[in-house]
Amino acid sequence: MKGSQAIIKSLTDEGVDVVFGYPGGVLLPLYDVIYDSDLKHILVRHEQCAAHAADGYARASGKVGVCIGTSGPGATNLVTGIATAYMDSAPIVALAGQVGTSLIGNDAFQEVDTIGMTMPISKHNYQAMDSSEIPQIIRSSFYIARTGRPGPVVVDLPKDVQEGELDYPENITIDLPGYKPTKKGHPLQVKKAAEMILNSKKPVILAGGGVIHSDSSEELQHVSELIGAPVTTTLMGKGCFPEDHSLSLGMLGMHGRVASNMIVDECDCLIAVGCRFSDRTTGDVSKFAPNAKIIHIDVDPAEIGKNVAVDLPIVGDAKIILSHLVRVISQTKGQGKPDWVDYVKSFRASCMPRLSFDDTPLKPQQVIKEISEAVTDDTIVTTDVGQNQMWMAHYFTSRNPRKFISSGGLGTMGFGFPAAMGAKVAMPDNDVVAVCGDGGFLMVCQDLATVKEYDIPVVVCVLDNRYLGMVAQWQKLFYDERISQTKLKAMPDFVKLAEAFGVNAYRVERPGEMKEKLQEALKSGEPTLIDVMIDPNEILPMVPPGCGLTEIVGEYKVERENPSEITYRPSAQETGGD
Amino acid sequence: MDEQRSHIISALVMHRPGVLQRVAGLFTRRGFNIDSITVGPSEQDGLARMTIISRGDDKVLEQITKQLNKIIEVIKVRDLNADGTVTRELCLIKTHTPSERARSEIMQYANIFRGRIVDVGPENLTLEITGTPEKIDALIDILRGFGIKEIARTGPTAISRGSKTM
Ligand SMILES: Cc1ncc(C[n+]2csc(CCOP(=O)(O)OP(=O)(O)O)c2C)c(N)n1
Ligand SMILES: [Mg+2]
Repeated sequence: MKGSQAIIKSLTDEGVDVVFGYPGGVLLPLYDVIYDSDLKHILVRHEQCAAHAADGYARASGKVGVCIGTSGPGATNLVTGIATAYMDSAPIVALAGQVGTSLIGNDAFQEVDTIGMTMPISKHNYQAMDSSEIPQIIRSSFYIARTGRPGPVVVDLPKDVQEGELDYPENITIDLPGYKPTKKGHPLQVKKAAEMILNSKKPVILAGGGVIHSDSSEELQHVSELIGAPVTTTLMGKGCFPEDHSLSLGMLGMHGRVASNMIVDECDCLIAVGCRFSDRTTGDVSKFAPNAKIIHIDVDPAEIGKNVAVDLPIVGDAKIILSHLVRVISQTKGQGKPDWVDYVKSFRASCMPRLSFDDTPLKPQQVIKEISEAVTDDTIVTTDVGQNQMWMAHYFTSRNPRKFISSGGLGTMGFGFPAAMGAKVAMPDNDVVAVCGDGGFLMVCQDLATVKEYDIPVVVCVLDNRYLGMVAQWQKLFYDERISQTKLKAMPDFVKLAEAFGVNAYRVERPGEMKEKLQEALKSGEPTLIDVMIDPNEILPMVPPGCGLTEIVGEYKVERENPSEITYRPSAQETGGD
Repeated sequence: MDEQRSHIISALVMHRPGVLQRVAGLFTRRGFNIDSITVGPSEQDGLARMTIISRGDDKVLEQITKQLNKIIEVIKVRDLNADGTVTRELCLIKTHTPSERARSEIMQYANIFRGRIVDVGPENLTLEITGTPEKIDALIDILRGFGIKEIARTGPTAISRGSKTM
C-alpha cells in the first residue's frame, strides 16, 4: 500500500475515529485517502484550532487526540497548540506535512524545519524518511504520547514518503530502549511517606493534573478522608477532587482561594501528587509551605526537586502509589486528625468567597455562580485565558475529573473555544461550555464555521468586558493604572458575529439571565454563543509576583461577613506522642 | 551543595540524526552550562556515546541528568566521578616556525609532551597531542611564544576506570 494509506491504517489501528485538520499542497496524497476513508475528518478554519481541538479531545476523554496541518505555515500554526499540550501534558499526535525528501534543506516552497521547531515543545518527534517507517513511527508516537507523563508527539511526513509503496507489517513492535516510564512507586518510599503522614499533625494534599491523567481521583479522595487531609489543587488538578467536599480547599496559588493559600502556609506535611510546583502555584518558593515536610509523587523524575526542595520523592504512577499508600496507612490505627479537620472545615467556611451580587453591569462572580447552577456534574467546561479563566478557576465548583479544561502552563489565549469543540466531539453525550474572554475568543472566532458545519453543539460564553482584562488588572495594580493597549475600543457585536456564521446567540446583561440562557442553549442542542456583558472594573484578588501565598492583594469578598475567630487547638490526643 | 563543579556526563544515545541537536538544545533551553560535547559510535551497533563537560552545583547536575534521561533517544546517563575516570582529549596545533632553531625547539617540546609531528611545511609544523585537557593547555601555552596559527581540539572524552561499565 501507499504511505498515505499506511498513515490512515495506522491511525485506525490506534483506535482513532476522528482527526482535526487542514489540508495543503504536500498533504494532497494523505487527503486523497481521507476522501473515501471511514476516518472522520473535521475541517477546522485555522490549524491552531486543530491542535487545541485535539488537545480538548484528549483532556476530555483521556484518549490521544490527532491534528493535521500542512508543511510550512500549517506547521507553524500548529505550534501554539503543540506547545500548549506540552506544558499541560496532554496526549496528542500532530501530523505535519513536509516537502519532498529531495527538497528538504533547499528552502523549498512552504518548507520549514518542523522537527527543529517542535523539539523543545514536544515529548518527541519523528520525521519519516521512508514510507516503510510509517507504521512503526505512528505506533510509537501514540505509545509515547499516552504513556508515562503524557504529551504531544509530532510526526513530519514528507510528500514523497506519503506517496511511496510499503508492505504493511503484520506485527509492529515498539522498540524504545531509552523510554521506560516508572509505574510502581518504590515500596520503601511509600512506607516512609506513610510514616511521615502519620507523624504529621496538619497534613494537606496538593493535587495536580497528574491525578487526572492517571485517573486516580478515587484513590486521592480515599487518602484524604483516611488521613484527614484537606485537598487543594493546581489549575490543572481542578475537578480531580469534588470541590463541594468539606475537605476541599479549592485552587491554590496566585489566584487561589484564601483557604488554600492560608492552609498550605500552615500545614506541616504537604503531599503533592502529580504537580510541578509552577510559579503560579507556589508564589515565592522561599516562602512556600514554610512549615511543611514535602512528599512529592510524580511519574516524571525530572519534576522532583526542580522548583521546590522535596523531603520525600516517590516516582511512579499516582494511581498505583496512592492505592499502595492507602493499604499501608489503613493498617495503622488513629490515622485521622479530627481536630485538624474541624479546624480546616471552619476556617474554610469563614473564607468562602462571595458569589451572589445583584449588580448591573453583572459581576463576574454572579455570572460564574449562575453557570455553576445551570450545568450538571457531567458538563465539561473549558476556559480561555485571562480573568475569565481565573474567575472560573476561583469561583466555579468542579466536582469531577476531566470536566474542567484550561490552558495552564502556556496560558494560551484562544484555547477555550477550540478545546471545547474537541471535547464535545470526544464526549458527544456531555454538555460542553466554553467560558472565554472577548479578546481570546476573537482570536479563534472563525471556527464558529466549524461548529456550525459539523453541528458541534458547544455553548460559548464570552465574558465581554471590552478589555484585555487580566493585563489591564496588572496595569491597574502595578503600573499606576496606565491602561496601555488593553482597552478593546472597537469590538464586534458578538451576537451578530455568531449569527453571521449561522450560530444562535443571546446577550445577557442582568442577574438571572445567564443561568436561564445557558440552560436554554444547552437544551437546544445547537451551537450557541452567549455574549455576557460584565463589569470591567471587578478586580480578582491575587498574590503579586514575587510574594508569598498569604500576601493577597485586592479585596477578597467573603460569603460570611463577620467570621468568628477560629484558632487551631490540637487535642491532647493529637499533640501527644509522635 | 551550592558549589559549582565541573562534571563529566557520559550518555549512551541512539545513533540517529537529530540526537545531538536534542541534547544541545536541551542545554541552551534550560540554561545549563556546556563546556564541551563529543560524540562517536559506541561499543554497540546503532548507539553512540556522548561526553558532555558541564559546570553547575549538585541541583543543576541532578536536573541535567534527569532532563537528559527524558529524551527518548537517550538510553543511559552517568555522571562520571572525576577520580575514577580516564579523560582524554585530542588536539591539533599548527604553529609558525620562524627559524630552524624554533623548529627544533618545537619538536623537542612535542617529544616531552608525547606529541607527534603530523604535517610539515616550509614555515609551519602541525603537531598532534593527546592527553588530559590540562596537559594540552600546558603545551599550547608554551607554543604560543612561537606563534600558533590554528588550534583544533576535540573536547574531552571519558570512560570509567576498571571493569565497571555504565
Ligand atoms: C496568545 C496570547 N497572547 C497574549 C497573552 C497575554 N494575556 C494574558 S491574559 C490577556 C488578556 C485576555 O483578555 P480577554 O481574552 O478579553 O480576557 P479577560 O482577561 O478580559 O477575561 C492577555 C493579553 C496570552 N496569554 N496569550
Ligand atoms: Mg476581556
